Amino acid sequence: MNPERSRATRSPPAEKPHAAGWGHLLPWTAALAFYFLGADFLGLGTNALIMVLFALSLDLVLGYAGIITMGHAAFFGFGAYAAGLCAIHVTNDPVTGLLIATAAAGILGFVTGTLILHTKGVTLMMLTLAIGALVAEVANHLRDYTGGDDGLHGIRMAPLLGAFRFDLWGHTAYLYTLAVLLAWFALAWRIMRSPFGRSLDGIRQNVRRMRAIGTPVWWRMVAVYSLGAAMAGTAGALSAQTTRAVGLTALELLASGTVLMVLILGGTRRLYGAFAGAVVYVVVQDFAAQVDPFRWMFVIGALLMAVVLFLENGLMGIIDFAAARARSLWREQTPR
Amino acid sequence: MSDAEARHANTLGAAPVLSVRGLCKSFGALTVAQDIELDLPGGARIGLIGPNGAGKTSFVNLLTGMLRPDAGSVLLEDRAIDRLRPELRVRRGLVRTHQINTLLAETPALENVAIAIAERKRIGWRMLRYGTGWRACLDEAEARLAAMGLGDDRLRLVRELPYGKQRLLEIAIALALKPRVLLLDEPAAGVPAGETRAIHEQLGDLPQDVAILMIEHDMDLVFRFAREIVVMVQGRVLTRGSPSEIANDDRVREVYLGRRVR
Repeated sequence: MNPERSRATRSPPAEKPHAAGWGHLLPWTAALAFYFLGADFLGLGTNALIMVLFALSLDLVLGYAGIITMGHAAFFGFGAYAAGLCAIHVTNDPVTGLLIATAAAGILGFVTGTLILHTKGVTLMMLTLAIGALVAEVANHLRDYTGGDDGLHGIRMAPLLGAFRFDLWGHTAYLYTLAVLLAWFALAWRIMRSPFGRSLDGIRQNVRRMRAIGTPVWWRMVAVYSLGAAMAGTAGALSAQTTRAVGLTALELLASGTVLMVLILGGTRRLYGAFAGAVVYVVVQDFAAQVDPFRWMFVIGALLMAVVLFLENGLMGIIDFAAARARSLWREQTPR
Repeated sequence: MSDAEARHANTLGAAPVLSVRGLCKSFGALTVAQDIELDLPGGARIGLIGPNGAGKTSFVNLLTGMLRPDAGSVLLEDRAIDRLRPELRVRRGLVRTHQINTLLAETPALENVAIAIAERKRIGWRMLRYGTGWRACLDEAEARLAAMGLGDDRLRLVRELPYGKQRLLEIAIALALKPRVLLLDEPAAGVPAGETRAIHEQLGDLPQDVAILMIEHDMDLVFRFAREIVVMVQGRVLTRGSPSEIANDDRVREVYLGRRVR
């Protein structure tokens, strides 16, 4: 064992780096294990991972920066259509398509962000809603390009990195999505601990304070809004590439509401809240829809109400509680 | 010439750090600033007093750019800053504290100071490569909090701190920005009389070269702190002078001090 590590485990510092390390290991190991154990459900798993990424992007914008947006699906849908159209008309290389879709959604986020982020509160919320509706309507009208109501079909992806075919069972799709999610997650984790990320946290709490220390508040908000949009665009692109179709539902207002629900369910400002929320949402949706195809939303609704009413930090609140209990039990059993 | 004399000559002879020229502002019929003229030389200690509603806080808001004046001009080190947004004025060294605590309540005291230092060092945009830069901010913040007597509270969330310590934190953040001009808006407001001592002491220790304008209702504090006092009434400068001149001014007694028998 190297000396640095042993020092970290002997003294109990405030940060507890080893504990945080375990916290990271668990969800990613589970996601990888699912690849081997849940072979029959890889399609469902891929959807869940995409939802995680989508909710994660909302966490940056809404959770950290406090920008309440009701039109976040516009970026998901824009990324999905960009990736789909790119595959059909330009190149069907998945990574190139993913990067193009990400950049396109980021640019849309930047442009709309500069237009609306000088407002706040209900006005801002209405404007995000309006932009969501606008983008959906544009996609609906450009039938020649988007297929309108029928959706965009005929997407054929080339093998990933020229080597791995997108197989019928979704092996490639799952691992591809997991890898992209991991990359974005690591980036988001790093950024949210940076001076930039901390200034977003400050902007959410008290804009006057941030102005008083010389923070260019508006620019910071535009930046994180664009970043969140780009990330949502990636999620949309993954959805287009792995399901080989894009429908208008991808950018309907309902999708904006769904991702908001998923994030609140899991817990905001945690990054891992997006995991908990999305996995629970996708699983409950799938099983409840099998039991009763017409009333499955009732289960989701009841779950959301229970979480919002009784858990302060969403589903992550349960994990916090369990971890605190486990720690105190551990301490009782190992007296100094 | 000794050092102290040199510094004294310097403050007298040098151009003012902050100049206010003919500043006017009204909200409809209510005039909050009428033709205000004021110079703050480096190292100035000016107390701004006046009855409630005299326009003192509005004056600070006009200087910092939170309010837009109807007429007049503000010069910081001989450059007009009228068109600069508030955050850019802060970057030029015009810093304020707030009458009501304006802090990040859910953030530890240490980080409240550290993010201000990060903005001062222009690393507030860093997203990926920030390890050493941010650690330097935290180290400086720790030293500054210790100097303010808040060393033991550095890891506590701001909302858990008693009000008096939050007032000190406001000042610590302002100082961390290394201001050229510091506007203190009632630093002792809301602090129980028994707890103001720490604030008195800290104000005495502020860096000598910074020009400071202090609004305050606590007359003990103003008369001890200020070398010049400006009296404002209904948006105008009524009079100005040394503390003893102001204390003996009949008009000031009438509009302001007269109400509190000394």
